[in-house]
Amino acid sequence: MDPRLVTAIIVLVGVPAVLIGYIWLTEVVLRLVGERSRGSIRPWLWLAPALAFLTVFLVYPTIGTIIRSFQNKAGTSFIGIDNYSWFFSSDSALIALRNSLIWLVALTAITVGLGLLIALVVDRVRYETVAKTVIFVPLAISMVAASVIWTFMYYYITPPDPQVGTLNAALSTVGIPPVAWVQQSQFGFNSILLVIVMAWMWTGFAMVILSAALKGINPELLEAARVDGAREGQVFRYITLPLLAPTVAVVTTTMIITALKAFDIVYVMTNGNFDTQVVASLMYQQMTPSPGRASAIAVILLLAIVPVMALNIRRFRAQEAIR
Amino acid sequence: MTTPSERMAERAAGRPDARAAEERSGVRKVQGRRRSKLLSRLPLHLLIVFLMVVWLIPTIGLLVNSFRPPEEVTQSGWWTAFFKPSQFTLDNYAHVLAQQNITSGFINSLFIAIPSTVIPILVAAFAAYAFAWMSFPGRNLLFIFVVGLLVVPLQSTFIPLLQLFGPRGIGITGSFLVVWMAHTGYGLPFAIFLLRNFMGELPREVFESAAIDGASPVTAFLRLALPMTVPAIAALAIFQFLFTWNDLLVAIVYLGAQNPDNAPLTIAVSNLVSSLGGGWQYLAAAAFVTMAVPLVVFLALQRYFVRGIVGGSVKG
Repeated sequence: MDPRLVTAIIVLVGVPAVLIGYIWLTEVVLRLVGERSRGSIRPWLWLAPALAFLTVFLVYPTIGTIIRSFQNKAGTSFIGIDNYSWFFSSDSALIALRNSLIWLVALTAITVGLGLLIALVVDRVRYETVAKTVIFVPLAISMVAASVIWTFMYYYITPPDPQVGTLNAALSTVGIPPVAWVQQSQFGFNSILLVIVMAWMWTGFAMVILSAALKGINPELLEAARVDGAREGQVFRYITLPLLAPTVAVVTTTMIITALKAFDIVYVMTNGNFDTQVVASLMYQQMTPSPGRASAIAVILLLAIVPVMALNIRRFRAQEAIR
Repeated sequence: MTTPSERMAERAAGRPDARAAEERSGVRKVQGRRRSKLLSRLPLHLLIVFLMVVWLIPTIGLLVNSFRPPEEVTQSGWWTAFFKPSQFTLDNYAHVLAQQNITSGFINSLFIAIPSTVIPILVAAFAAYAFAWMSFPGRNLLFIFVVGLLVVPLQSTFIPLLQLFGPRGIGITGSFLVVWMAHTGYGLPFAIFLLRNFMGELPREVFESAAIDGASPVTAFLRLALPMTVPAIAALAIFQFLFTWNDLLVAIVYLGAQNPDNAPLTIAVSNLVSSLGGGWQYLAAAAFVTMAVPLVVFLALQRYFVRGIVGGSVKG
């Protein structure tokens, strides 16, 4: 038998058995301690495995990265803010920063805007389920697969070879010369082309959540406004939109984080060439040759996400308050 | 005229303004009413169909090419195949599935994704139960901390972890073990968040009466909380499975160059993109091999998936 299969079976049966065994064991141990302290020890025993994983894989390394970002390449001495000043003075890093901003703005605008539009229009037709599935399906596939699909859309081959990529083949059938799409770096045009790939995947996400919120609106509210003589535009502007606002905020924050973390599409489609590097892919590129700089890039990425994190926590506390 | 409750029922059935539109054109004859309704809704249908076509074209183009022979793929746009259907062939799939790195990548992806789904869910379930049904000092603060960890970019963890697990540390990079653990650690905040919110909504009386009957927390957890949380666990499992199956970043960082034998499909296919150049028919077939599993999972379990997404992001 394939040794990997044996390992997999051991893991699949063994790990859950060990974990459930662990929880049983905690009760046995708790019987040894006094009745009074049982209640205060028990939760920590239940949390221990999760806290161990969180500490090892998120808390410890994040602190480590922050410290590492002030160290030199080999990690042997502290060099102050040199890694950060490199970031803000290097052309390639500044282009990555600019592109990440393009990603953030364009991806959020396209997914939220288009997602809302689609949620609104499909709500009015009978084939809603089919339409929503078509828009939503790309979210299930990997970004690698999406990159392959779209590399083919944008594919360019030097003439006189016949163009076979969808866009260029379409152009050549109507006699327009082909365009090397992903190489068009002026004004970050090719970054936008990569954002479209991500938007193609994530618009369905925004649509599904907004559509659920839309169906949660009491139709009597809308009807009351119509009876009072409000036009459809007014009903949307003064009733539907304000009621959707909290959901739009949730989707927007999710999309901002998704945009900042975007890596796979750039890595597969251009590998950062033609000025398409973003902060997250630049970090990966610098990781081996220059861990100090890569750490600084990671910290910058983290800092960019902190405000969103704060918003998340605030919203969460507000929800808890009304529970 | 319809009553509001009837209208609501219609809305639920997905035909919100059929009646409203009819009401507005109340006095007109039935025939004219139908025609004008259809006409006024035509732009709506055109818009939706247009969007659906735009969404489908990229995939269909590649799908068609995955069934065409190389000499056709390099000569003409994929839609020309519809005028010459005799060219369709399964050779590309046969070729791709005969590639060592694709078949082993497929198995590796399964080896990575399944444990990476099971382990975090169990670990998270314990923690979620403690957060939902046990009281201890600092409970809310700790949970808020977990919510904060939800957004930490993975990039900010790689360098210290590679040092810890790398050849100069514990020396397990390149093994499945490190990928399972990494996916567990990275997936936990969302898993705890989702399960805790779901478990917190379970009726208090159930747990109180269980405690009165002398059930230990372990029994209450295994016999009550876990079975009642199955919908959330199902959503989470689909989510985590798709995430780990589709993952490229964690795999290249922790398996990466050290151990190509353990590389999942995502790595194999992303290597094909750079190495194959114009071999579109094979790349296309390989891409659809990677998509097969998520598409089946997604289309079969779409309802749970949607519920998980909606429940996870818009709570309350």
